[in-house]
Amino acid sequence: MLVTRTQRIGFSLYAGLVLLVFYFPLLCIIVASLSKRRFFSFPYPSEQITFKWYQDALNSPQIAEFFGISLRIAGLTAFFSVLIGFFAALAYARYRWRGRQTFQRLVLLPLFFPQSVLGLALLMWFNFLHITPAWWTAVIGHTVWITPITTLIISIQAYGLDDALEEAARDLGASRWQILRKITLPLLLPGMISATCFAVLLSWGNFALSLFTTGADSALPEWLYARMTTGYQPLVPAVGVLSVLGAMLLVIVLFTVVAWNQRRTRRLTAAPE
Amino acid sequence: MKTSAPVPAPSADASGSSLFGALAALPFGALMLFGFVAPLLCVVWFGFMPPKTFALLQAPTLANYVTIFQQTYFKSILWSLGLAGLTVVCLLVICYPLAFALAKIFRGGASFVTYAIATSLFVSENIRLFGWVIGFMKNGVVGGTLATLFDAQVDSLLYNIPVIVLGMVYVYLPFMLFPLALGIKMVPDQVREAAFDLGASRWQVFRKVDLPLSLPGVLIGSLLVFVLSAGAIAEAKILGGQKVVTIAADIESEFTYAQNWPLGSALSTLFIGLTTVVVFVALARFDLEKLLGKKRD
Repeated sequence: MLVTRTQRIGFSLYAGLVLLVFYFPLLCIIVASLSKRRFFSFPYPSEQITFKWYQDALNSPQIAEFFGISLRIAGLTAFFSVLIGFFAALAYARYRWRGRQTFQRLVLLPLFFPQSVLGLALLMWFNFLHITPAWWTAVIGHTVWITPITTLIISIQAYGLDDALEEAARDLGASRWQILRKITLPLLLPGMISATCFAVLLSWGNFALSLFTTGADSALPEWLYARMTTGYQPLVPAVGVLSVLGAMLLVIVLFTVVAWNQRRTRRLTAAPE
Repeated sequence: MKTSAPVPAPSADASGSSLFGALAALPFGALMLFGFVAPLLCVVWFGFMPPKTFALLQAPTLANYVTIFQQTYFKSILWSLGLAGLTVVCLLVICYPLAFALAKIFRGGASFVTYAIATSLFVSENIRLFGWVIGFMKNGVVGGTLATLFDAQVDSLLYNIPVIVLGMVYVYLPFMLFPLALGIKMVPDQVREAAFDLGASRWQVFRKVDLPLSLPGVLIGSLLVFVLSAGAIAEAKILGGQKVVTIAADIESEFTYAQNWPLGSALSTLFIGLTTVVVFVALARFDLEKLLGKKRD
């Protein structure tokens, strides 16, 4: 490549600047969560730094409940969206069938759709069906929005799959079901793991869909939003930081799992030589 | 379908594969029918119901659409589209160099930047926007810093249009950056090197090689950002105060404060129609499979 040293430095500086601006709001939130005073004003003297709000957040049963609801929604959403996404990815990337091209276009449609409008539409649909919205209706909403994403992630892995492996299994007399279970599923597993993480995280942070589909229950982002607009106290940024920390922990887990898996497959494929 | 016996010819497999493909797509199709298509039809239908009613089974009427065109809702539609367009332009300018660096220049650093930006996707949008509020409010982080360092009194920097655009640029940056980086990755290095060898200037290489060859990425990114930011609601609400009313905010208030579900539905239908036209026109123009890294064909 034609890259000079100055170019590399220039682009690195630019990337650093973008990242700095990008993380500025999160820094602000951390700063605000450590302030002792109820009304935030910057700069504050160092003796006013306190972890009280974090203790409050961790000890509050109400906040624990919001965490629990968010976690339940995220877990179930991940389960369903990866299950459905696995088969959809096979239809998307593996099998040749007549409706495939149309399917590939339609898969993406919910992604291009404003979530707040989708949330409202679901609300009206549940109302029509006489279903009272609660946390589990939010699972339906999240799954509709997240399954296209899990499908895409698993599809990318499915594109990289070697046809010869499945063909060899078929030539050796394996049934479709055996091929799926013994060849396709294990080979797509890394993609499914990343898809699971993505689904959990996206569901965890989602606000627009939850706002309209949780009914009387309330997920964590909803509580945060309500408190941001009325009744601010440093507890709000503290809970925000805790929720971000939870998300980061998951990303780190994802990163390790993917790295570990890559190393493992490299070892496995390298072994015969 | 005989599955236990070995399948000798590929032609025999093709029909089985076809059936299997449709079967595999079935759960997804069912989910979308129940959770996406049906609710949308519900909205479209509800838009034709008499204003301020809540029942779905009445004689259809065009009253809501008449109201929309008589009142000033076109203003909020224009605001939404204008802000979305501005966001796309800003993001193209900001992200192209970064995406270029990710795709062609950085090696180990690229995955660090990618993870750092992608992590933000998982933080609730309103937490991140709230960070800007704390930064920009009166006595906030920016104002406080300026006051201590330069003794300058800064009033609240919030509640104006540039801040709304900043919020949207900030929230939708990953949706532009990653498609762009994918697109630029598809530009073969040999072509760029050949252009340089033939004496092309940097600007010429950018205009004649990089830009046209990375166009799918540019298109996908712009489209994603345009549609998402046109439907945005939180930025204008949290950062913009009541300065600008976007179409999504209009729709939401019809459903909540005004309790006029049919009018809100009609507005949603109009908005959905507009975005669908934009997406389909743009998606029909290029092949998505190429971008996802399909090798053979």
